[in-house]
Amino acid sequence: MAFENTIDVEHPIHDIRSEAIKNFESKGFPSKKDEAWKYTSLNSLQKVDFSIFPKEENTLEYSQVKKYFLHEIDTYKIVFIDGIYSSYLSETTHDGVDICLMSSALTKPMYQQVMDLYFNKVASKEESLTTLNTAFSREGAYIYIPKNKMPKKPVEIIHFATGNEASLLLQPRNLIVVEENAELQVIERHQSLTKNEVFTNSVTEIFADKSAIIDYYKVQNNNAAASMIDNTYISQKNTSNVSVHTFSFGGKLTRNNLNFFQNGEHINSTMKGVTILGDKQHVDHHTLVHHRQPNCESHQDYKGIYGENSTGVFNGKIIVDKIAQKTNAFQQNNNVLVSDKATINTKPQLEIFADDVKCSHGCTIGQLDEDALFYLQTRGIPQKEARALLMYAFANNVLQSVRIPELKKRINKLIATKLGVRLGFEL
Amino acid sequence: MLKIKDLHAKVEDKEILKGINLELNAGEVHAIMGPNGSGKSTLASVIAGKEEFEITKGGVFFENEDLEDTAPEERAHKGIFLSFQYPVEIPGVSVTNFMKTAINESRKARGMEDMPANEMLKLIREKSEMLDIDRKFLSRSLNEGFSGGEKKRNEIFQMAMLEPKLAILDETDSGLDIDALRIVANGVNKLRSKDNAVLVITHYQRLLEYIVPDFVHVLHDGKIVKSGDKALALELEEKGYDWLKQESAV
Ligand SMILES: Nc1ncnc2c1ncn2[C@@H]1O[C@H](COP(=O)(O)OP(=O)(O)O)[C@@H](O)[C@H]1O
Ligand SMILES: [Mg+2]
Repeated sequence: MAFENTIDVEHPIHDIRSEAIKNFESKGFPSKKDEAWKYTSLNSLQKVDFSIFPKEENTLEYSQVKKYFLHEIDTYKIVFIDGIYSSYLSETTHDGVDICLMSSALTKPMYQQVMDLYFNKVASKEESLTTLNTAFSREGAYIYIPKNKMPKKPVEIIHFATGNEASLLLQPRNLIVVEENAELQVIERHQSLTKNEVFTNSVTEIFADKSAIIDYYKVQNNNAAASMIDNTYISQKNTSNVSVHTFSFGGKLTRNNLNFFQNGEHINSTMKGVTILGDKQHVDHHTLVHHRQPNCESHQDYKGIYGENSTGVFNGKIIVDKIAQKTNAFQQNNNVLVSDKATINTKPQLEIFADDVKCSHGCTIGQLDEDALFYLQTRGIPQKEARALLMYAFANNVLQSVRIPELKKRINKLIATKLGVRLGFEL
Repeated sequence: MLKIKDLHAKVEDKEILKGINLELNAGEVHAIMGPNGSGKSTLASVIAGKEEFEITKGGVFFENEDLEDTAPEERAHKGIFLSFQYPVEIPGVSVTNFMKTAINESRKARGMEDMPANEMLKLIREKSEMLDIDRKFLSRSLNEGFSGGEKKRNEIFQMAMLEPKLAILDETDSGLDIDALRIVANGVNKLRSKDNAVLVITHYQRLLEYIVPDFVHVLHDGKIVKSGDKALALELEEKGYDWLKQESAV
């Protein structure tokens, strides 16, 4: 891949970008030699000659893509087609809150102050793919919720790839700032509409001020030619509550780097995931929670079901600093392998420097419980359906914490479809 | 209805059932009693089709059909029901949703449409009231965190919903207090008709005061060592099982 596009030297974040490109040039793409990339190879992606910007602006009719929206309810929408903002499909607002575009935030003086305070402040300045994004990204979502505010409805950030480019590289950049006592719900989705190759390298920075509440939902149900590196960085202050749910049901290669930094006390951080893969799909969840202050909690619960030749990785790192006494950190990763050829590598990584902490972690890799299967069969449920029902039950309890009922229903249905369960009941 | 002929079954090279003969006709209630480890639950599992147990000789016939190659779900569709001694906990599936799935799968196997939602609700209400089951209970995950008694009552609720031809009750009385025992027995008796048969597996004759058997069999070391009428149950209660062991040793 070549990044011949020159950087705009007039730009206010020019220095940040020059720094980032220098870093990327010295590091290059991560390789299997890097411990954090041991099980995920980007080799095949690096061989593709991706276009960085589409040659022309592409359009989509709402009816073509309606099903990818949470259309059952009213939402704000920030929609991109091949990386370019689609005002036609979007619904943004400046009514008390800013739900709009990164390109505006990067260029308009009225956003300068927020940008100076937050842009590239929690994202890594060393991790190579993050710096690649910092160097070249021009577009994404910008959300700013001032003190005590709550947008009237959830925000959907959706990226469509039309396939009009043979192979496309997308580098969205999102900045989300939720001030003291404010609230926000976000649903993010990336959808490729054809079999042409798409590679997304996304960076999202999220700042939760005192007592802020943020629920972030990532729906990853892309097609077999779409790959995605998601780098999400979250900084939390006192008594804030942030949850990220990641639903990984499709895509060729998906890497989720989810990083929480607790910069205050009485913080709650929640990471939940349901992964259901088949075919040759690969998903790698790398989580990090850095407990930097006392009296905080973190909860991680990732469930995975791997079929056919799919491969999965879960690597959950928890750092508890010396001063972070009374930390409660929970981590759970349970997996079911439904094929002999599927594999999962799961590993907790604990670095605990405080002595008064509660920290529990557990990972399991198993098959379905034969006694449970027999029990369901004796009630007339055929083996195939019984298997699917057990997997469904295994995965679906992660959904209890989804706070948008319509989204919960949609994900529930997606899980059922994915597993081939004919649910004899309405969800 | 059910014919068991010289049934031998083993698990992991250990022979557990060593030649069982038993015949149940429609309208009859049979009881099987016997000490722990004699093979009662194994017999129940083999009838229900658990693959873990290998039939080495003889077989199980239901309505004159050899069940050897019949999957557990097909046996259920034919009308065989097993109330488990240890019902399995299934987190994430509510009692109601489980029941709906089970009923509609059975209907599908018989070429019927799904049961209309209002009919299903009515049936659930009717059967749960009969067994004095709280509505809240129905939205809980199947057997998860249920007490021993709640699990057993839930088994009988499932039986009442599915209306089997042959109901096998494996120690359904254990974990039940006397009131619950009466309710459960009443549920079983409601199912009894000239077209149904019940096989009651129990340790004690207490349950048999409420579900009165036509025949009582004693299972010992994988074989039926004695059969009789309900008086045999009383005799066993009085004398215990040691008496039988000595007799069979002679
Ligand atoms: N899955 C199994 N694997 C090995 N042994 C078993 C298994 N199931 C039952 N058994 C053995 O078979 C014998 C009969 O058990 P069971 O049928 O449960 O007896 P009962 O119900 O009469 O108490 C016991 O010795 C038990 O240990
Ligand atoms: Mg038993």
